[in-house]
Amino acid sequence: MNEEMLQKIQSNPKYLELVHKKTGLGWTLAIVMLVIYYGYILVLAFDPSLLGKPLYDGATMTVGIPIGVGIILSAFVLTGIYVRRANREFDPLTQQIVEESK
Amino acid sequence: MRQLKLQLAAGIAALAPALCWAAGAIEGDVKRQPTNWHAVIMFFLFVALTLGVTYWAARRTKSAKDFYAAGGGITGFQNGLAIAGDYMSAASFLGISALVFDKGYDGLIYSMGFLVGWPIILFLVAERLRNLGKYTFADVASYRLGQMPVRSFAALSTLVVVSIYLIAQMVGAGKLIQLLFGMSYGSAVLLVGVLMVCYVLFGGMLATTWVQIIKAVLLLSGATFMAIMVLATVGFSPEVMFERAVAAHSKGVAIMAPGKADPIDSISLGLALMFGTAGLPHILMRFFTVADAKEARKSVFFATGFIGYFYILTFIIGFGAIMLVLNQPGMMETVTKGGKEVHQLVGGSNMAAIHLANAVGGDIFLGFISAVAFATILAVVAGLALSGASAVSHDLYASVIKHGHANETDEIRVSKITTVVLGVVAIVLGLVFEKQNIAFMVGLAFSIAASANFPVLFLSMFWRGLTTRGAVVGGLVGLLTAVVLIVLGPTVWVEVLKHEHAVFPYKNPAIFSMTLAFLVTWLVSVLDTSRQAAEEKAKFDAQYVRAMTGIGASGASKH
Repeated sequence: MNEEMLQKIQSNPKYLELVHKKTGLGWTLAIVMLVIYYGYILVLAFDPSLLGKPLYDGATMTVGIPIGVGIILSAFVLTGIYVRRANREFDPLTQQIVEESK
Repeated sequence: MRQLKLQLAAGIAALAPALCWAAGAIEGDVKRQPTNWHAVIMFFLFVALTLGVTYWAARRTKSAKDFYAAGGGITGFQNGLAIAGDYMSAASFLGISALVFDKGYDGLIYSMGFLVGWPIILFLVAERLRNLGKYTFADVASYRLGQMPVRSFAALSTLVVVSIYLIAQMVGAGKLIQLLFGMSYGSAVLLVGVLMVCYVLFGGMLATTWVQIIKAVLLLSGATFMAIMVLATVGFSPEVMFERAVAAHSKGVAIMAPGKADPIDSISLGLALMFGTAGLPHILMRFFTVADAKEARKSVFFATGFIGYFYILTFIIGFGAIMLVLNQPGMMETVTKGGKEVHQLVGGSNMAAIHLANAVGGDIFLGFISAVAFATILAVVAGLALSGASAVSHDLYASVIKHGHANETDEIRVSKITTVVLGVVAIVLGLVFEKQNIAFMVGLAFSIAASANFPVLFLSMFWRGLTTRGAVVGGLVGLLTAVVLIVLGPTVWVEVLKHEHAVFPYKNPAIFSMTLAFLVTWLVSVLDTSRQAAEEKAKFDAQYVRAMTGIGASGASKH
């Protein structure tokens, strides 16, 4: 990539929009995932009994089971959100930037 | 206070080295079992199929791009399966089931730790990696930095991670095959080594990927069948399954709740799992087998889905084993351990999933699951060998020794020679380390990946201020700290070297070694006022634009 092309892309408002949206979404989702996981780890470390409570009166299943499964599912849902937005918004935008930089 | 400390220590022992227990799944004294013909036949069918695939791949593997990156023609879905395959190792399958079988709820904790790294890789690493790199993660780390020093460092740390991981897998394979097939340890290690070399040597990345895909499909369908059969016995009510498991288990209702754990060790473990994944060379290499960033993104999406699904299944399998295998006639035996009589599963608790296969599907299904468990190791070692070979041929030979002017034929030849050497080394080390505690090696591999590879990779993509000096010094500090702290920690200092107290109290060093690597990298980079450093910083913008848009990335054009 030469200097001229670099300047052209960097001053393209669409590029700025892409960088803004993509990094914003990426970091937001990453932080959500970290908060969910480390929140769970902290509960585990400091108050494990919270997760050992029965789900309802008389149940053998504890609160921790659906929460655990929920964390696995949340990871999948978060990746789904990212992929959907990336496919719908970021890819067309990237395509336009590539076209305009030629 | 002392009481509390003891309790915590017990908690750590229960919770600490996710990876260590995973490897622990297939270690320890193993009694050779009578030959299991169903398993042997299934296994040879698998080998025949994968060698067929290798033959097919060999005819398509001509250029370096074919050899390292399967020609870039793997789809996102296929790559997702292959990544999931790399992740769902025998240790992970047998180990998680065994842990749930022994401890109940604590098993799920590890499943999550293994999984949550994937979204992070997708959000921050995968697409940029694909846009910047060609064959190895060193391509990305050295994109705007000094090729020689950064690639040498990356090749070194790749080889360290790969060899440690390989030893663990080889020893595990030997132990597993003794249990499952009734072969001797030595012939098992030899067989694994020879097959691994065949896959990589002749079929390159294309064969390695397909072996991994086939194995992933077999493992996912086998585990699904098992989970459905378990749920069928309880009328598809998880509550009934948990009730019966609690009734059967000696720990009773305690298996439904997590045990106590040390906060520092837990967090440190979480870091190693999460960021270690993003630094494992054989996993990162998979992002170069797809056509572009979009396919890389899809790969992670599918991989997360498959891995998450699999880990949810292992939970049903673990509790199902408590319900259907524990205390069943013919599946338990009394053995003498350290002078005490212990009532345990035939072959140890790591065999929980295998016995469950027998309970729900009879001999043939037992054979199927045994063969899949072993096939898993073959597929993983092939991936490891390929990433080691790439580090030597692409990073050391072509880029450092030949300064980027190697011809492709020579580069591939160097890869193939390295593969054979790695195969021989893996067999020899597998034999030498037979009696060794392999638990710490897997933990070590993840900790090094998180402390040496990840900080350099991450900062090279996100931080303008990174310089060559910073990357190399910081990466080496992370590598050394991880190794030293593991040696001084309880896993090696107490369990292997038999000292009374560990010098370093935690089993998982990542929280310290990773932080230190980041700090040193930052400090050295900031203090680096050389002209070269200024040039490297100036190149960041162009790198960033390419990482974002993929302009100039390989894929569309020839490299």
